[in-house]
Amino acid sequence: MSIDQNTAAKVAKLARIKVEEEALPALAAEFNTILEFIEQLNEVDVEGVEPMTSVTPQRLKRRADVVNDGNQQDKILSNAPDAREGFFAVPKVME
Amino acid sequence: MSDLNKLGLAEARDALRKGEVTSVELTQACLAAIDKADALNAFVHKTPEIALERAAAADARLKQGDAPAMCGLPVGIKDLFCTKGVASQAASKILEGFVPEYESTVSQQLADDGAVMLGKLNMDEFAMGSSNETSTYGNAVSPWRRAGEDTPLTPGGSSGGSAAAVAADLCPAATGTDTGGSIRQPAAFTGTVGIKPTYGRCSRWGVVAFASSLDQAGPMTKSVRDAAIMLGAMAGHDPKDSTSADLAVPNVEAMLTGDIRGKKIGIPKEYHMEGMPAEIEKLWSEGTAMLKAAGAEIVEISLPHTKYALPAYYVIAPAEASSNLARYDGVRYGNRATLEAGDGITEMYEKTRAQGFGDEVKRRVMVGTYVLSAGIYDAYYNRARRVRSLIKQDFENVFAAGVDAILTPATPSAAFGLGEMSDADPVAMYLLDVFTVTVNLAGLPGIALPAGLDSQGLPLGLQLIGRPWEEGDLLNTAYALEQSTGFVAKPGKWW
Repeated sequence: MSIDQNTAAKVAKLARIKVEEEALPALAAEFNTILEFIEQLNEVDVEGVEPMTSVTPQRLKRRADVVNDGNQQDKILSNAPDAREGFFAVPKVME
Repeated sequence: MSDLNKLGLAEARDALRKGEVTSVELTQACLAAIDKADALNAFVHKTPEIALERAAAADARLKQGDAPAMCGLPVGIKDLFCTKGVASQAASKILEGFVPEYESTVSQQLADDGAVMLGKLNMDEFAMGSSNETSTYGNAVSPWRRAGEDTPLTPGGSSGGSAAAVAADLCPAATGTDTGGSIRQPAAFTGTVGIKPTYGRCSRWGVVAFASSLDQAGPMTKSVRDAAIMLGAMAGHDPKDSTSADLAVPNVEAMLTGDIRGKKIGIPKEYHMEGMPAEIEKLWSEGTAMLKAAGAEIVEISLPHTKYALPAYYVIAPAEASSNLARYDGVRYGNRATLEAGDGITEMYEKTRAQGFGDEVKRRVMVGTYVLSAGIYDAYYNRARRVRSLIKQDFENVFAAGVDAILTPATPSAAFGLGEMSDADPVAMYLLDVFTVTVNLAGLPGIALPAGLDSQGLPLGLQLIGRPWEEGDLLNTAYALEQSTGFVAKPGKWW
């Protein structure tokens, strides 16, 4: 599979990373180098092999469904670039 | 005692317990060494006040006789670990100014045992890199130089600051993390010891996530014994990490007998890579001979899917990274880009991430986004996870046949010059992890230890891979090899 500039632009958009128009050809070329490397995987016979979900065979633990933490609004907001009145602030989302 | 900063963990611990030295003295010696080593750019956030406070507390504890092994021992902490009240930014611009309100489990366990944090260590941005050249703090520099040259060399990556600091005697030990080789490759490049434990052995809680199914923390030290001591303090079950193993951690230091008679050591034929330098082949066969002389049985083994480990890794790791790094959106922590009038929330995300992430991180997030995207997911991501199952099976077959440990080179070359790989395509850099990445994909423990010098006087390392959860046995084999190699070389001081 080869990636063209439109696909590169689409991927950048999905990843929410702004890429300038003039940087797209180089980005697409880099993607293609990496994908060419990855495509070696097509040589492997994976018929009947399950995709790995957990590298160590262990059952995820369950815990009691109870509140065990909270009441730390100040701490949670302490690193926010913009926090107002106890909330994270962002640019206007709706007109 | 002079040159206290040059002591290893075991020596320093024994001297502390005998009352020959205090933790404050050890800590001051390390802080002085750190202050003179800015040219290495290893420590990027220094915490001398915290260090001296903890050292005094450790001295009080030592006096009372209630002192775990790590009590009073100074350590450096990789910037990937969140440390309460101390900048923790994973060497990324996007986390500039981030000061956690919490402490990672691993660094908390070290602190609980009385270890003294000296500061935070340089690394590749979000642990993505093999040379410490993607850091927002600038390159970490190896204390090693080629004979007769002053070209600055890479300490390796991503735990480059940790490796440089330990090799340069700025601290007896440091924490590292390893997703594809980020502890073992820098250890090999700097003549130090680094172990990546079995996946699940050390809690990932509070460690900035790169690829969650591969990430493991581990110690970087001056000797195998020191690695055993520090691993004991870092490991253990943590209810806050659902993938952390609820298994008892044995006293691994007590397992270091050096007796490996009758152990079966596998030599994987697929690791004889085309184009591998003769020096590496020689180092490897010498290491094999040493283990044989120590009484181990050497067997040739086959790990047939080795060739596909790196391509599988470069699907799985970016896929997980693209998901993990989605949280850096300029809303909850870190940097937000300056916005123009009329910019909405999408522009905020896109500009923040474009300005905050470096090139390699952007590349991996986008590759990850692509391999997970609709219509592509099966062809790339699911195929890679199937191949990962086969890679793990390769190891299981070998262990089922009675092999106790596997010996390989740690890296395909010695350390290279900073900037020397900058014109290469990204894949050339990825190939540096060829011997280490299989271990992460299979979730196994692996240790790198120095085994010799190349013709230019740079350290070369060997890797031993062990059975899951058997770090004690693996460390013992490494201990036997360490005694045989007798590696004692240190970099000449130029900084």
